[in-house]
Amino acid sequence: MRWRSALAVSFSAVILASACAQSGTTTSSPSAAGSAKASGAASFKRGDGGELKILYWQAPTILNPHQATGTKDSDASRLVVEPLASWGPDAKPVANTLAKEVPTVANGGVSADFTTVTWKLKDGLKWSDGSAVTADDVVFTFSVIKDAASASTTADNTEGVKSVVAKDASTIVITYDEPNPNFYQWGVGTCCGILQKKQFGDFAGAKFKDAPGNLKPIGTGPYMVTDFKPGDVVTYAANPNFRDPNKPYFKTVNFKGGGDAESSARAAFQTGDVDYAWNLQVTASVLKPMIDASTKGKMLTVYGSSVERILLNFSDPNAPGETRGEPTTKHPFFNGADGLLVRKALAMATDRKTVAKQFYGDGLAGKAGCNIITGIPEYESTATQSFCDAFDTAGAAKMLDDAGWKLTDGVRAKGGVKLSIVYQTTVNAVRQNTQALMKTNWEKAGFKVELKSVPAATFFTNTSPDGANHFWTDVEMFTNNSDPDPTSYLNGWTTKQIAQKSNNWQTGNYNRYTNPAFDKIIDDLRKETDAAKRATLIKQANDILILDVVIIPIVTRTQVTSGVSNTLKGVVPTGWDSEMYAIQDWSK
Amino acid sequence: MGRYILRRLLIAIPTIIVISFVVYAILALAPTDPLSQFGADPRVPPEVRANIRHALGLDDPWPLRYVKWVTALARGDFGVSFMSHSSVMDLIQQRLPNTLAVVGVAYIIGVLLAIPIGMISAVRRYSVFDHLATTFAFVGFSVPTFFTGLLLIIIFSINLRWFPFIYDSTLKIHDLGSFLDQVKQSIMPITVLALFDTATIARYTRSEMLEHLPLDYVRTARSKGLREQVVVLRHVLRNSLIPVVTLVSLGVPAVFGGAIVTEQIFRVPGIGELLIRSIGDGDTPVVTAILLIFAVLVVLFNLVADVLYAVLDPRIKYA
Repeated sequence: MRWRSALAVSFSAVILASACAQSGTTTSSPSAAGSAKASGAASFKRGDGGELKILYWQAPTILNPHQATGTKDSDASRLVVEPLASWGPDAKPVANTLAKEVPTVANGGVSADFTTVTWKLKDGLKWSDGSAVTADDVVFTFSVIKDAASASTTADNTEGVKSVVAKDASTIVITYDEPNPNFYQWGVGTCCGILQKKQFGDFAGAKFKDAPGNLKPIGTGPYMVTDFKPGDVVTYAANPNFRDPNKPYFKTVNFKGGGDAESSARAAFQTGDVDYAWNLQVTASVLKPMIDASTKGKMLTVYGSSVERILLNFSDPNAPGETRGEPTTKHPFFNGADGLLVRKALAMATDRKTVAKQFYGDGLAGKAGCNIITGIPEYESTATQSFCDAFDTAGAAKMLDDAGWKLTDGVRAKGGVKLSIVYQTTVNAVRQNTQALMKTNWEKAGFKVELKSVPAATFFTNTSPDGANHFWTDVEMFTNNSDPDPTSYLNGWTTKQIAQKSNNWQTGNYNRYTNPAFDKIIDDLRKETDAAKRATLIKQANDILILDVVIIPIVTRTQVTSGVSNTLKGVVPTGWDSEMYAIQDWSK
Repeated sequence: MGRYILRRLLIAIPTIIVISFVVYAILALAPTDPLSQFGADPRVPPEVRANIRHALGLDDPWPLRYVKWVTALARGDFGVSFMSHSSVMDLIQQRLPNTLAVVGVAYIIGVLLAIPIGMISAVRRYSVFDHLATTFAFVGFSVPTFFTGLLLIIIFSINLRWFPFIYDSTLKIHDLGSFLDQVKQSIMPITVLALFDTATIARYTRSEMLEHLPLDYVRTARSKGLREQVVVLRHVLRNSLIPVVTLVSLGVPAVFGGAIVTEQIFRVPGIGELLIRSIGDGDTPVVTAILLIFAVLVVLFNLVADVLYAVLDPRIKYA
């Protein structure tokens, strides 16, 4: 399973504390549906503008995207180091970087069986030092990232790639081990910034971390690094060898890091000290008035595929000894004769609208969500809506009661089995608020709920018994997101992917869910090459996960939540790539 | 005196070695993990993390890592940051000027203000000035810096728009204009810190002066017919300053340690900000280097304080 963005990292810092219920105002977010073609012909000349000021409350510490420890590093390096293509707002690649055009099946760039992809570089591409960009640089970059010794943080995207070869000086052929519907897996987006072979050639493998280029990479991007103080500030100047002679507009960029989200919001909305302020996830009751009263800036939000969800365990987290949570065991009430009924009752007692409103500022940081596959209209299912809207604790209680789950001592039980739930998530103010709300409602329906929270660093590992992968509780909650192509994401609920002791909990099916019908859909999806049929299969898979109550989606979360100066033009956010993916188009 | 200083310096060496070991051991045994940055980032799968851990040399048991670290240190090599992969010494060198420009200047201003304020308060005890100074001092050290910092930002940056609250470390002073910019961007953090320093040192000076004013030697000085000014400045102040000097010298290492809270609020990229972030990141090479430098400074300024005693009080003799 491949996850694309590091949104989860930023979530650990989210401090959207439980604000008082918001009055039903809508956010001033501009429409995120802007077209990808914002670039077009520039109405400005290179260096017309002065300094562009960007503020991140986490400071970049390294500018090699393959050693990034978070979004801050990926984003700060993106001004310089570019992939072959970017993920645009519509979740499709845009050729705004190195590639001449995006290869597709239609234009012959992608083989009919989805195994090889041929990329062509733009003509006359140069590095900022004036030397030519060749296919060799791309091949070199791939080989460095793929090499385990170089310990790249972007290595996951090289999994399943058989080879990357230079056909000629400007043609690259990527071959996958098997047909890959996600054929843009390597080459597009934050995973795949192309490094200069000349600069990094002597630093492949174990020496990769010592490369001087990590702090001052030579790139093809619109800007080049003039000075970098790790943990503080990066200054950039316009790249004199940038492929578009009129871009970029700004002479220099100041990329400042540090501080906190709230004062970043002040700098964007109240003083106008910065042109772009990143990730302003601040308590809604503080942020909203600031945005509404602002004459300096506006809020820019866009959704990607991030969904905060609750997972239900199909194995028995309390099974004795070695069998604990193994797929051979069955959950006492989520996975039995009454399993679906109990799972449905839990879903019915889940109040996602209040969570979205109170803890996510109703659109500031997220909106109530019903699907696990979201963000791309053709994949978005509508079949789940009515099921989701039926929040009814009394109805859930009645459903359980009718099925013989009788209330004794505050918890429903049947045949000696009590509906007693342990609910785990990471330590995080928003999540603890969500947990508390769920507990109240679920207990109204007759469940008994015990809350547990684990530090994020422990939770997101395959090694800890308290981790999401072991899933040794009854339900758990976190956010995850998908590639634009959701095949590998959905594959994470197939029988083969069940996380268990024998695979060291390294696979994605933490639920230990098994459903032959679902497995069949995913098998078909892997082979299907027709776009319309793929969309149908994806929606079917989504509907099974929701209606069979494997997961309960709570909130679809924003991918970009940034403050942008009113004077800044040309910023079109994408929910699928770095926020800086098209900074060459920004102007004033 | 020379022999005394030499002896103290020699004693300092084992002290610092012990400190380095304790610091390293605590950090090695602490549950922070340099890879915890990837904790919430599921796109970095377990096997990639294992590779990174290996590349950072974290596979070795910590006593072995300590020996390697000390050996490198003996050659003047503080190692490389886990996060930025740049030399720890470079990071500290980038940040020290900012810390000195803000925390250092605040400390100097604090000392220069505090001694006269404390002195006048003592001499004119219960005067309007004394009451004002006392009130100011209590406000100064009871209101936390994060509060005064935010208050100043809201008043002077957001409402009045006089000063920026984002410190620009790329600013280079080459003329009057850029010097004024530097003043503007550092005036708020300096005020916050100086307020605290002034309050503490002024209270100390005042109480020491009050202790000395009624003593016999002061009466003697006055009966000799000396002017009040001479009595206060040459006799009382000099004697009262001895404990104040200790306080001030022991405060100097803290200047190099930066101001964690204030630097964070005003985004001053100083040592304090580096330290707190490195602790959070589990970036042990940076943390150990800063703490070790800090330890050396504490030992050194203890010695300075002791030497200054002898200068201020001729009765104190070191042999």
